[in-house]
Amino acid sequence: MKRSNISLGLSTMRDLLDDIDRWRTSGKRIALARVVDIQGSGPRGAGAAMAVNEDGEVIGSVSGGCVESAVVTEALAILSGEQPSRVVTFGYSDDDAFAVGLMCGGIIHLFIQPLEW
Amino acid sequence: MNAYETFSALVRDNSPVALATIIEGPNVGAILVVTPEGVVGGSLGNADIDRVVSRDTMGELEAGRTIVRHYGPEGQSTPEDLIDTDTVRVFIESFSPPPLMWIFGAVDFTAALARVAKILGYHVTVCDAREIFATRRRFPMADEVRVTWPTPMFEERGARLTQRDAVCILTHDPKFDVPAIAGALATKVGYIGVMGSRKTHAKRLERLADVGITAPEELARVHSPIGLDLGGRTPEETAISIVGEIISSRTGREARSLGATDGPIH
Repeated sequence: MKRSNISLGLSTMRDLLDDIDRWRTSGKRIALARVVDIQGSGPRGAGAAMAVNEDGEVIGSVSGGCVESAVVTEALAILSGEQPSRVVTFGYSDDDAFAVGLMCGGIIHLFIQPLEW
Repeated sequence: MNAYETFSALVRDNSPVALATIIEGPNVGAILVVTPEGVVGGSLGNADIDRVVSRDTMGELEAGRTIVRHYGPEGQSTPEDLIDTDTVRVFIESFSPPPLMWIFGAVDFTAALARVAKILGYHVTVCDAREIFATRRRFPMADEVRVTWPTPMFEERGARLTQRDAVCILTHDPKFDVPAIAGALATKVGYIGVMGSRKTHAKRLERLADVGITAPEELARVHSPIGLDLGGRTPEETAISIVGEIISSRTGREARSLGATDGPIH
């Protein structure tokens, strides 16, 4: 699985449009992951976005590297239909249910869906 | 055009647009594309919820806010109506045009400031009346380079400037900086900064008085000498001190070291 272009700078959908259009032109299926909420001292507010295509190629960054690879796994599961479009949460919660944490603490909620709209 | 194509064309055009996405409830993933004029693409599943959510989305877009809101399946939004119904959570994401920075004066500091401003997401316009200095080749990082005097620039486009935008006057030349300050003060721009030594600033105040700008509330809008007191010297260090001042004037913070203060960081 190819995982390229994970940039260090955080991105929004605006920054992803050129790559998304390239993928759409070549007929790739795409999953879009957007931060809908951050609690605590997160690196960026809602609106950070990344996208993953069916080949596992990645564009954009939502947390400066803390949760990106876990987002890719979720995104591919959603693209393949193993999981429905849904809100996925990472970070430190009371029940410690999620292993992936943010460098600076906090909880990050992302909505991940196929880009089929 | 489908919803995505409509949305991406508007973003590319720097037109304000918002996406409302159902992230929980029936029709998860459904999208509404909304501009200040109303819905331009997509649907959340029924006309009732589309009507209520588009109305709220227009409000959030106006404020440039990105937020999650809760509704009933037919768009009910009052707390009493939401008791005992399935909740629909809608992620409303606003895409406002980038803030504007106009830099007057095509000098060494201009290139450094334009570079730093781009990192912060500004749409940067460099303005100078001197054709040989105001060239694209000298400022490839700027979005736009204009050969013009300040007054026509403000007359033509001053109405576009808002609280989010910045005017930085780096000319050092009274022929240029007095009309630039006067032009900026006539707009709603959030930040006005003018380069020059303390001595230059004192003289500039006299020249501003000559053109009738004496009101303390007007002069208080002008940051001069421009920038935070970081002690830097190079164009790049100066650029950082200028954008630091722009950020701190927006947040109302004193720009001290976090280690020397307490309270919330953000």
